[in-house]
Amino acid sequence: RPTIDRELLESLPNLKVIGNSGVGVDHLDLKMISNFGVKVTNTPHAVADPTADIGMALMLASARRLVEGCQIAVSPDTKYFAVDWLGVEVTRATLGIIGMGSIGYKVAQRARAFNMRILYHNRNRRRKEEEEAVGAHYCEKMEDLLQQSDFVMLVVNLTPETHKLIGKKELGLMKPTATLINISRGGVIDQDALVEALQNKVIRAAALDVTYPEPLPRDHPLLKLNNIIITPHIGTATVQAVRMMAEEAIANMLAVLNGQPIPSEV
Amino acid sequence: MWYHKPVINEELLQSLPNLKIVASSGVGIDHLDLSLLSSYGVKLSNTPFVVSTDTADLGMALMLASSRRLVEGYQMAVSPDTEYFPADWLGAELSGATLGIVGMGTIGYKVAERAKAFEMKILYHNRNQRNKEEESAVGAIYCKKIDDLLHQSDFVLLSVNLTAETHKLIGKRELELMKPTATLINISRGLVVDQDALVEALHNKVIKAAALDVTYPEPLPRDHPLLKLKNVIITPHIGSATKKTRRLMMENMTESIQAGLTGFPIPNEVL
Repeated sequence: RPTIDRELLESLPNLKVIGNSGVGVDHLDLKMISNFGVKVTNTPHAVADPTADIGMALMLASARRLVEGCQIAVSPDTKYFAVDWLGVEVTRATLGIIGMGSIGYKVAQRARAFNMRILYHNRNRRRKEEEEAVGAHYCEKMEDLLQQSDFVMLVVNLTPETHKLIGKKELGLMKPTATLINISRGGVIDQDALVEALQNKVIRAAALDVTYPEPLPRDHPLLKLNNIIITPHIGTATVQAVRMMAEEAIANMLAVLNGQPIPSEV
Repeated sequence: MWYHKPVINEELLQSLPNLKIVASSGVGIDHLDLSLLSSYGVKLSNTPFVVSTDTADLGMALMLASSRRLVEGYQMAVSPDTEYFPADWLGAELSGATLGIVGMGTIGYKVAERAKAFEMKILYHNRNQRNKEEESAVGAIYCKKIDDLLHQSDFVLLSVNLTAETHKLIGKRELELMKPTATLINISRGLVVDQDALVEALHNKVIKAAALDVTYPEPLPRDHPLLKLKNVIITPHIGSATKKTRRLMMENMTESIQAGLTGFPIPNEVL
């Protein structure tokens, strides 16, 4: 917000730059904005660490059934803790990262410390040194990553190419014991296909920081499933990140207004 | 035995004159009377190493969930009353924060390995200092006095075993030494923390929050104040609760039992 449409741009003839907080620009009509001679900047540096952290938080919470566990721990009906109540391991499991940009790479750095086997799929392959530093194996075909991963994490930006990247076919390729984690944009997943996959145990579980729309309608089937965790788009919701995004956005906008090189122009 | 049952007391041991070995699941042996077992000539084994990575993973899961307010966030995401997600709803970052590990055994060290990847500053307190290579590998700084660790940490994680020395290790005094913005994480045993002091500290915002996989007793009575506090996450002692690890624990226990019955050296014997 505010929604950047033709009406708004026409009413602001002196507008030079739109400083977007966060890295995603899928909500902006870049072509239209460019036609008005307005520049767009984002804040890629501020978002990387906290978003990677939320990816790890969701993966761990889902694998270990943390939210369910909390509910049992505090429920008035709980009389004892069942011994056969189990989650799945994260250490030494296989993590498939789809989208190995700054955020994806930071996820890989963190996952490596858990001795995870790391696969990644990206438009372009990373350099050998970068791959070796995190022990990541490139999967040129996304199908290979989907078939081998215990955890699939989506860290792409939303573009026409990545819209509904994960649909019925992709979910069907995943292991039935696998977990899908989304920290990118809701539109990267075909949500109806996901509902079906979770209901029919085609995959084990999902953990989503992002959906489409946000929030979901209160009667949406995703809210009723018990093998899903949803968080309210909090990838950058930290005191530190919010300040850094503001600083980064201001630095970008000042650069535009002063005719200097722009750190993060889109 | 699984999860502290059956209770090993004089009565039970007298009724089982042929008992050779008790194989206990997990690494903790605080629930067992070692001298009682010894006096009946019964051997004891546990499963120390297989639980380490899962427990360290859960410690990280609790730290992440607490700092990013994951459980609260989930409740907001699914609540029937939610109309929009507020922009000013914030948690705290792990990167650059200080983690103080109390108890740097196998589990504590694995927590350090994981936390390092999040660019956390790591302090630790232990009966003995680890060697230089071990410290450098995870960038951990030794705090001979626990007070120094408590003063400086944004997250205090307890991974000691429960002994007479560590019983109520964290009480009113220790909680007050912690930063008011700090979070206490317990993956050791409930009794390492003075629970009444913890309730008071959380209630009065002496510390910011707590995340506990262990309490005393388990489960807590349903009217216990810890269950009512907003700034607490409690999980039902699931540190080693994964399919693979439970299987490995079973295999370890079976091996120990077989050795105990056939007079061979017992793997994971507790002496």
